[in-house]
Amino acid sequence: MPTSVSLTVNGQATTVDVDDPGQPLLYVLRNDLELRGPRFGCGLGQCGACAVLLDGDVVFSCKTPLSKAAQSKIITSEGLGTLEKPSSVQQAFIDEQAAQCGFCINGMIIQATALLAKTKNPSVAEIKKALTDNLCRCGTHLRIIRAVQRAARNI
Amino acid sequence: MYEPTRRDFLKTTGGLIVTFTLADNVLPAVAQGAAQTKIVAPDEVDAFLSINTEGQVTVYSGKVDLGTGIRTALTQIAAEELDLPFDRVTVTQGDTALTPDQGATWGSFSIQRGGMQVRRAAATARKALLDAAAQRFGVPAATLIAENGTIKGKDRVIPYAELIGGKTFSLKLDKDAPLKDPRAYAIVGRPLPRVDIPAKITARFTYIQDFRLEGMLHGRVIRPLALGADLESMDTSSLTKIAGVVKVVREKNFLGIVATTEWDAIQAARALKTTWSNWAGLPEQAHLWDYVRASKVSNDVVSSNVGSSTSALDNSPKRLAATYDFPIQTHGSLGPSCAVVEIKDEKVTCWSASQAPNRLKRQLAAMLELPPDDVHCIYVEGSGCYGRNGHEDAASDAALLSRAVDGRPVRVQWMRADEHGWDPKCPPILVDLRAGLDDTGNVLAWESEFFVPKDGVAPVPLLAAMLAGLPPAAATTEPYGEFGVPLNPSVANAYVANTAIPYTFPNAKTVSHLLDETPFRSSWLRSPGRMQHTFANECFMDELAASARADPLEFRLKYLSDMRGIELLRRLATITKWEQRPSPRMSTNDDIVTGRGISYVKYELMRTYVGAVAEVEVNRKTGEIGVQRFYVVHDCGQIINPDGLMNQIEGNVIQSISRTLKEEIQFDRSAVTSLHWATYPILTFAEVPDVAIELIDRPTEPPWGAGEPASAVVPSAIANGVFNALGVRLRSVPFTPAKVRAAIHAA
Repeated sequence: MPTSVSLTVNGQATTVDVDDPGQPLLYVLRNDLELRGPRFGCGLGQCGACAVLLDGDVVFSCKTPLSKAAQSKIITSEGLGTLEKPSSVQQAFIDEQAAQCGFCINGMIIQATALLAKTKNPSVAEIKKALTDNLCRCGTHLRIIRAVQRAARNI
Repeated sequence: MYEPTRRDFLKTTGGLIVTFTLADNVLPAVAQGAAQTKIVAPDEVDAFLSINTEGQVTVYSGKVDLGTGIRTALTQIAAEELDLPFDRVTVTQGDTALTPDQGATWGSFSIQRGGMQVRRAAATARKALLDAAAQRFGVPAATLIAENGTIKGKDRVIPYAELIGGKTFSLKLDKDAPLKDPRAYAIVGRPLPRVDIPAKITARFTYIQDFRLEGMLHGRVIRPLALGADLESMDTSSLTKIAGVVKVVREKNFLGIVATTEWDAIQAARALKTTWSNWAGLPEQAHLWDYVRASKVSNDVVSSNVGSSTSALDNSPKRLAATYDFPIQTHGSLGPSCAVVEIKDEKVTCWSASQAPNRLKRQLAAMLELPPDDVHCIYVEGSGCYGRNGHEDAASDAALLSRAVDGRPVRVQWMRADEHGWDPKCPPILVDLRAGLDDTGNVLAWESEFFVPKDGVAPVPLLAAMLAGLPPAAATTEPYGEFGVPLNPSVANAYVANTAIPYTFPNAKTVSHLLDETPFRSSWLRSPGRMQHTFANECFMDELAASARADPLEFRLKYLSDMRGIELLRRLATITKWEQRPSPRMSTNDDIVTGRGISYVKYELMRTYVGAVAEVEVNRKTGEIGVQRFYVVHDCGQIINPDGLMNQIEGNVIQSISRTLKEEIQFDRSAVTSLHWATYPILTFAEVPDVAIELIDRPTEPPWGAGEPASAVVPSAIANGVFNALGVRLRSVPFTPAKVRAAIHAA
């Protein structure tokens, strides 16, 4: 019997009907709400590709049950900016050309956004620490660090 | 700005278009529009280019962008050669109905081969447009120029669109069509931003993992507990509680679930009770190198043989010998493999991130026992693959699942354990080296033997086909002329390249033993063979330099005669402020010591040059290695996009440091046991060094590949740095703290 779950995603209130409210938030965001920012990387909370902001905090949506997110404000990469009007963090990543395959970048943008909301001028060490749970396989790390530094300057 | 939508994919899947030719325009009497399929023959201009009535150019590329930026680079090449603004050109890639078969996207050939085919097509098209305008104007073509999408005469201008718009060229690629003078380049050679990056950053890009079709079902696979195990029984009663299950699909040992939602497919795959037979056919990991050494040799390939190495070695006053090994590693794509397959009227359409859509088409056709033309493969970019990972296998899974549900579209997304456990692996490689020196440190003889897989380029068998007992691979008709080896398939092997060395010694012999079997399905992982061989060769070269008490950079220069290689190493010395001294440095007895190591490669001894220096820090108590700074000097000839090139080199360096320090799959006698990132760790942000790169641009030289070569020098530069710091040789990748401590203890 499907259960209705109310969510607030990228500022919009919405309701999804699911059989299992215990399922990870990730699949609801990707399939029911057709969002692409949060990505399936491991399903184990080990890589960070699925990161979203939940009331401003970074969570890995592959390990967050839908039911736990119901009362919170969820922000995905789509909610930060658009192609025409990227967020300042997104613009910094574009300016630094900080992607290769780009599959991990959602998590990097989400982490960087959360970091810069709390820490205005992070050091390289602080940036590395903030991104420590996020994996990148292409080896784009240096560009990502430079993008976060650039975003910090521009905010 | 490039943002593929589902509509784009649907629009371009037909391949059926109405065409006129350029000649029709010039000679209106023969203009007859006819429905025909898109020309894909790789000797035809129309295979690579079309110009529509608005003057927009589409480049059709069989080489695909694996996240490397070649979509942008190919756009630059075509726009430059056609004298068009950059934004008038778009690229359609990897569609077997629309794009020419240019071979797999591998081996750092996308620019060097694929890009040059596009350049040749564009040059031919430009000449044809000049000729057509000359005829139209009644003036010699030599009086006209191509500029900004038009042909210009003294007092007349005609846009390309008016000459050709919407029609075909119907011309063969002309090797004599004049190419633009690189000194006049305005687009090639510039660091233009990549066209795909804004959509990727703002989550508006369509990866294969995002690709959806109307009515699409979700598939998951259940793999055997052991690689060669048979499915003895299963109990589907546990699935009754999962509402969305459409079907449990079994073909021999291939087992999958089709469900209406992704979560139901995942739950069902987890809940299904199965019993598998025992199988323990893998070698013991602890004795892997004995296994490799004892493997049956198919044949030997001698890649160089100068003088008489055996007798020279016997007569050398000083002799050295060492064995190097490089482990089995996984591609480790951040997003597990994914594909969507639909079958309508016995015609198969497959959307996947395969690096080789034409090869996949042949393989899927073989598996499904259909004519190849009934299979249509369309590339949709995925998570980076760095070689042949699991994308093709996910496509084979999706094909079997779709076939089992009347051809309805099925999306298969592998889970993390599927990717780590079942993507084909880079094979283990073992290298024995021997050398002789005279009393003054001159090298008299060099001998090496490489234990490598038999076939480094043949199609990797499709996993679903293997499990289901279906034909796993089509007989290949592909040209094997790449990788710097002859076209003769008996010796065409990516794993032979860079076994011979760039240095001139009076006596040298380098031999590859091509092995019949390796423990896992073998495939290529960024710089297959060249990375492993360069590790062995450049470390052993460092051993000789140390034995001769010579500076390792000067020692290399002494045996090099290649002027570009010499210039590269001199520039490397300059940017690293290289101080001449033999290794090891007589450092302190502190716990933490530092060193610097050098490495050099001329890729396949015929193209891209890379020199590298690693500055490392070693903790002799813990055995931990930190790479502090990594320098690269890179010469790949003409540079198309310097920022794209930098991005590739940085990626090569960081990914290869990860592989060198950390990566080795773990397995028992039955299967891979390192099934996620905790058991197969990769480099994290905290461990990433500074990377300093100097590019040598040679605009008048041919452009060579850059997707792989810089990775080849990384393991040896680090190992030589550790020797410089500690006087301890590391000859076995990965250089884990335990291995470093053991090497220190043994020294």
